[in-house]
Amino acid sequence: MTSAVGSERTTTGKRLSRFGQQHPNIKLGGLLTGPVLWLVLAYIGSLAALLIAAFWRVDGFTTKLVRNWNLGNFREMARTTVYRTITFRTIGVAFAVTVICMMIAVPMAFTMAKIMKPNRRRLAVVAVLMPLWSSYLVKSYAWRIIFIQGGVLEWAGLPSPGFGLTATVILLSYLWLPYMILPIYAGFERLPNSLLEASADLGGKTGRTFRSVILPMIKPSLIAGSIFTFSLTMGDYIAVGIVGGKSQFLGNTIYAKFGTANNLPLAAALSTIPVVAMVIYLMSVRRTGALENL
Amino acid sequence: MRKGFTTAAVVGLLALTASACSSDKKADTATTTKAAEVTTTAGPATSSTTGETTIAPASDKGEGAVNIVAWAGYVENGTNDPKVDWTSAWEKESGCKVNVKIGNTSDEMVQLMTSGEYDVVSASGDATQRLMAGGEVVPLDLTKIPNYADIFDALKLKPWNSIDGKPYGAPQGRGANLLMYNTDLIKTAPDSWGVVFDAASPSKGKVTAYDAPIYIADAAVYLKTAKPELKITNPYELDDKQFAAAVDLLKVQKGIVGEYWSDYTKTQQAFEQGSIILGTTWQVIVNGAQGNKAPVAAVLPKEGATGWSDTWMISSKAKHPNCAYQFVNHIVSPAANAANSEYFGEAPANKKACDLTSDKEFCKTFHADDEAFFKNIYYWTTPVADCGDDRGKVCKPFADWEKAWTEIKG
Repeated sequence: MTSAVGSERTTTGKRLSRFGQQHPNIKLGGLLTGPVLWLVLAYIGSLAALLIAAFWRVDGFTTKLVRNWNLGNFREMARTTVYRTITFRTIGVAFAVTVICMMIAVPMAFTMAKIMKPNRRRLAVVAVLMPLWSSYLVKSYAWRIIFIQGGVLEWAGLPSPGFGLTATVILLSYLWLPYMILPIYAGFERLPNSLLEASADLGGKTGRTFRSVILPMIKPSLIAGSIFTFSLTMGDYIAVGIVGGKSQFLGNTIYAKFGTANNLPLAAALSTIPVVAMVIYLMSVRRTGALENL
Repeated sequence: MRKGFTTAAVVGLLALTASACSSDKKADTATTTKAAEVTTTAGPATSSTTGETTIAPASDKGEGAVNIVAWAGYVENGTNDPKVDWTSAWEKESGCKVNVKIGNTSDEMVQLMTSGEYDVVSASGDATQRLMAGGEVVPLDLTKIPNYADIFDALKLKPWNSIDGKPYGAPQGRGANLLMYNTDLIKTAPDSWGVVFDAASPSKGKVTAYDAPIYIADAAVYLKTAKPELKITNPYELDDKQFAAAVDLLKVQKGIVGEYWSDYTKTQQAFEQGSIILGTTWQVIVNGAQGNKAPVAAVLPKEGATGWSDTWMISSKAKHPNCAYQFVNHIVSPAANAANSEYFGEAPANKKACDLTSDKEFCKTFHADDEAFFKNIYYWTTPVADCGDDRGKVCKPFADWEKAWTEIKG
């Protein structure tokens, strides 16, 4: 009984694969349908819905959606200086977080990939990934306790920056560090030791070897890591809410426009800022080959 | 092998990113006592969204659950404090499981109600008007809420809870936003809101303010007395000049603010830790902090204050209309209203509640039927263009308040 069913399946399968070989275009289409649908519906579709909403407006009193097309939200965005301030602040913090993460990640990844013994290396990767096992919220609140007046920092006799942008930069750098270390680590693994030895044989000192051999080789990894840290910071609003004091990020403003003002169209219009910033960034790094390194 | 391991690590990393994103979403509900699970019990057909017809259930049988949007401290079932419970006995008796989502601001409550997933809301005056105008709530069938009869007449059929003499909700109670301070660090009790608007404040960096556009009215309440030349009569009816003065004052205040608050647990923690020592608060936060032995006290400043008059309303899209009606009747009943308002620290709406409070002086302390006292309290109201007096339609509507609030925070 079971064997009969099995053989029938095999023959259907065989017939299908023969059909596929004879009609390569249909085979390709069938294989691509799933991923393409996913990309178009889930990703591009949701972005398009967002973009469309940005052209609507809400009734000022009842905050009901009014679906007539207009550019009012974008005009307001351009006119109101506070959105510009918030945009620059968010991009500035994203930039700072990226630079800090890179400065910590490069020596760490180098140690892991080139100095540690192979069996320790795996442990190190696990250790880097470990913070990701606990919730983002738990980690953020833990840092609130560290920064708060009379908290862990002051108890240890160190000055606390207090809640504000500095605290936000520190927390976000901590949160996103693993996303920077892993691509750079992978980049170092691909870098043959012989190149470093060759550089040393030719008289290259540490600095020169780093500039002329290591940096060009791991540049795509650096960019891959920076895409993570930059985009994650651009979209954050919870960490800022927890340790940011009174500072507002783009994420907070978008959340407030949706949650407080119930103004989905303006929130959608504001959401285009981080999307555009990321698109510009991705386009400019595309040619470096970093995207193939993700 | 090694390469395969790294690839696996990166894939794992991506999976974790996805899970981190989903945990972000949970942040919204992190402060709720219970996740508001929406049961899809087949309820009777509800009215259209015109808001003109009442819900007409086929029978009076409960649907097994009721989903509620409420202010913190309004629906307690003993999970926060075993002694504070006026819900769990009713749940057993009625067979309606109570799911609560805490709203931090009126704006958030309006937003939650438009989702159509909630049956009941405890709305303040600035939310009720938007909910009624938007058809999100229905006029009540009072025969299903017998306890409505015992509510103080001064709270019935007000502009914020009725339209054309039709009640849209059952009043819960009223109170004032207070000025809280740290008694260890501020020895003399402040008697004016001026202390939170003083650029040279000794408490600089440790002042807090409520993070919602409606807080602009608090500045207006202060300016009403401090700058009589602005001729502010009602802090929610501000023309250009008055509004600009209030916004400027709040921009000055930003210099001394350490954190804005909307999450009440976070502000309570900040007061307990001493990172915030002065600012606007609710009585329920004062009670919580004092319960944890924090050195704090609260006063009602001489200028008066903004405040609230809250109303239980039923959604026009309610999936559990019978449980919703039964719940509203229960929550405004003398016993529940007494326990509820005593815990939250506000004047109860039910006359008979005054006999059931554990502190027999409670209704007197909170001025439950003292209309003269409440003349100094300006209940949250949605600002509209029509000033409501001979100035005409020159006042700032809520949309402008909302924009100004983003600008104040910078």
